[in-house]
Amino acid sequence: MLIKGTVHKFGANIDTDAIIPAKYANISDPAELGKHCLENADAGFATRVTNGDILMATTNFGCGSSREIAAWSIKGTGISCVVAISFARIFFRNAINIGLPLLECPAAVEATASGDVLEIDLAKGSIRNLNRNLTFQAAAYPDFIMELISTGGLVPYVRSRLTTE
Amino acid sequence: MTLAEKILAAHADQAKVRPGEFIRAQVDLVMAEDLTAGIAIDQFKNMGGKRVFDPSKVVMVADHFVPTKDVAAAEAIKKIRTFAREQGIHYYEIGPESGIEHVILPENGLVLPGDLVVGADSHTCTYGALGAFATGIGSTDAAAVMATGEIWLKVPPTISFVYKGKLPFWVGGKDLILFTIGKIGVDGALYAVMEFRGPVVKTLSMDDRFTMANMAVEAGAKTGLFAVDEQTVEYAEARAQRPFEVYPADYEQDYKSHYEFDVSDLEPQVALPHSPANVVPISQVDNIAIDQVVIGSCTNGRLGDLRLAAKVLQGRTVMQGVRCIIIPGSQKVFLEALQEGLIEIFLRAGAAVNTPTCGPCVGGHCGILAAGERCVSTTNRNFIGRMGSPHAEIFLTNPAVAAASAVAGRLVHPGEVTSTC
Repeated sequence: MLIKGTVHKFGANIDTDAIIPAKYANISDPAELGKHCLENADAGFATRVTNGDILMATTNFGCGSSREIAAWSIKGTGISCVVAISFARIFFRNAINIGLPLLECPAAVEATASGDVLEIDLAKGSIRNLNRNLTFQAAAYPDFIMELISTGGLVPYVRSRLTTE
Repeated sequence: MTLAEKILAAHADQAKVRPGEFIRAQVDLVMAEDLTAGIAIDQFKNMGGKRVFDPSKVVMVADHFVPTKDVAAAEAIKKIRTFAREQGIHYYEIGPESGIEHVILPENGLVLPGDLVVGADSHTCTYGALGAFATGIGSTDAAAVMATGEIWLKVPPTISFVYKGKLPFWVGGKDLILFTIGKIGVDGALYAVMEFRGPVVKTLSMDDRFTMANMAVEAGAKTGLFAVDEQTVEYAEARAQRPFEVYPADYEQDYKSHYEFDVSDLEPQVALPHSPANVVPISQVDNIAIDQVVIGSCTNGRLGDLRLAAKVLQGRTVMQGVRCIIIPGSQKVFLEALQEGLIEIFLRAGAAVNTPTCGPCVGGHCGILAAGERCVSTTNRNFIGRMGSPHAEIFLTNPAVAAASAVAGRLVHPGEVTSTC
């Protein structure tokens, strides 16, 4: 799976309240949630995202609440992938479970600025910065998670298990 | 194996597990709340789920937007209530056993030592106080557990936190955990278990232990854990409707790393805006005027917390112009506080006492902040925009500091407004 998009870069400890404030917790439509994505951290962010763009952050992205609407709201903006130095663990699970790809790659984050264009090969975990002509290798997913992603996320994974049992 | 590893191994039906290993584990309880259950129900249906794996092991709690705050919340909660009734699962919204999820699940005996509990709420790690491995998950994860009774987990390493010395007056579990997060940072225990140990821990009440385990997630931890002792067993036996397992703590060599703190001189701690790790002792906080105080939440809404607040507020009044909002964590806590006379103390002091809810902590209702306002809160997060306006400021403290600050109109040590130091 190849991804190509422009980077929107954020700093450390972007929490779930920053990604989607709780006042939108009664919304479940990803596109509607996407309109409010990161509005407290960067007003107007959602209007600047083009479909396929890449979200980037430094450490502990997605810390705070377990609310899955944080991952849904990012997906709802059309963001194709999040690259960070590290992710908070509940957010990491939530994103994988709903099919929002995440990559941990400190070197790529350090060498990339907002506005750079990246080309990502998810299967290989390779990240190319087209502006700077640099290539990086992200930590590979464990087999267990690759299986989950290749099935299409947790919903089809469990559905196939429930039908076969 | 550490305590966490022993519990996980038992639930994965394995003799041994190692940190980093992926396992499939059977859960004893799965929980979702009103912000997360709606999507969990949708995803359960998308998975082809018809009946939950075991109705006695599934619980839903409406506590964030209750009593329902607007039509959208009413519709969202109606969907959860309907599903809960159809499935015959535990459901709490209003009633004698209701309240904030992480207060009522232990209180009603639904969580017991040795359990593996997952909940679609990040503060599910609270139950580590009981010696249960409990961790927060998202809605889709919760749906999968409701359908199958199991979850995939990566076995986390365990970090040991040993507290030595003797805790000073007015310093408790909230100060220990704020101090610890201040030392290690909001990602200091990322993907790990924080195990709280040492002579000081043995002297802490269950309420203090719940407070500490609750905030492990603010350091990025998968859970916070206490080994089971006599006090835990006594607490659990008084509430248990089923047998439970006590795993021994006998594994000194298996920790990933150790921290040791002498807390004999620890002052009450304050997390300044806008991070739970931005922690300083109260003596370093100078003349910060405040507009609001909130005492409650899954962190500090238990009876012991209200007693501390009442000790400060008895015979005193909240400074004019300051709004002091006190929210018992459950109906049981509310009733006991009423019978002890604490509620009268609060009302005479000029505080507003509210029915149990997570409202203000999550910026939902019952105490939303306007731009430029400052709030001292016993809750667990002071992120930007957490309690309303992104231009407001939240200071996290223990209940005694919060109550004293309500009286003084600024952040103060409880010793400044009381005769006890």
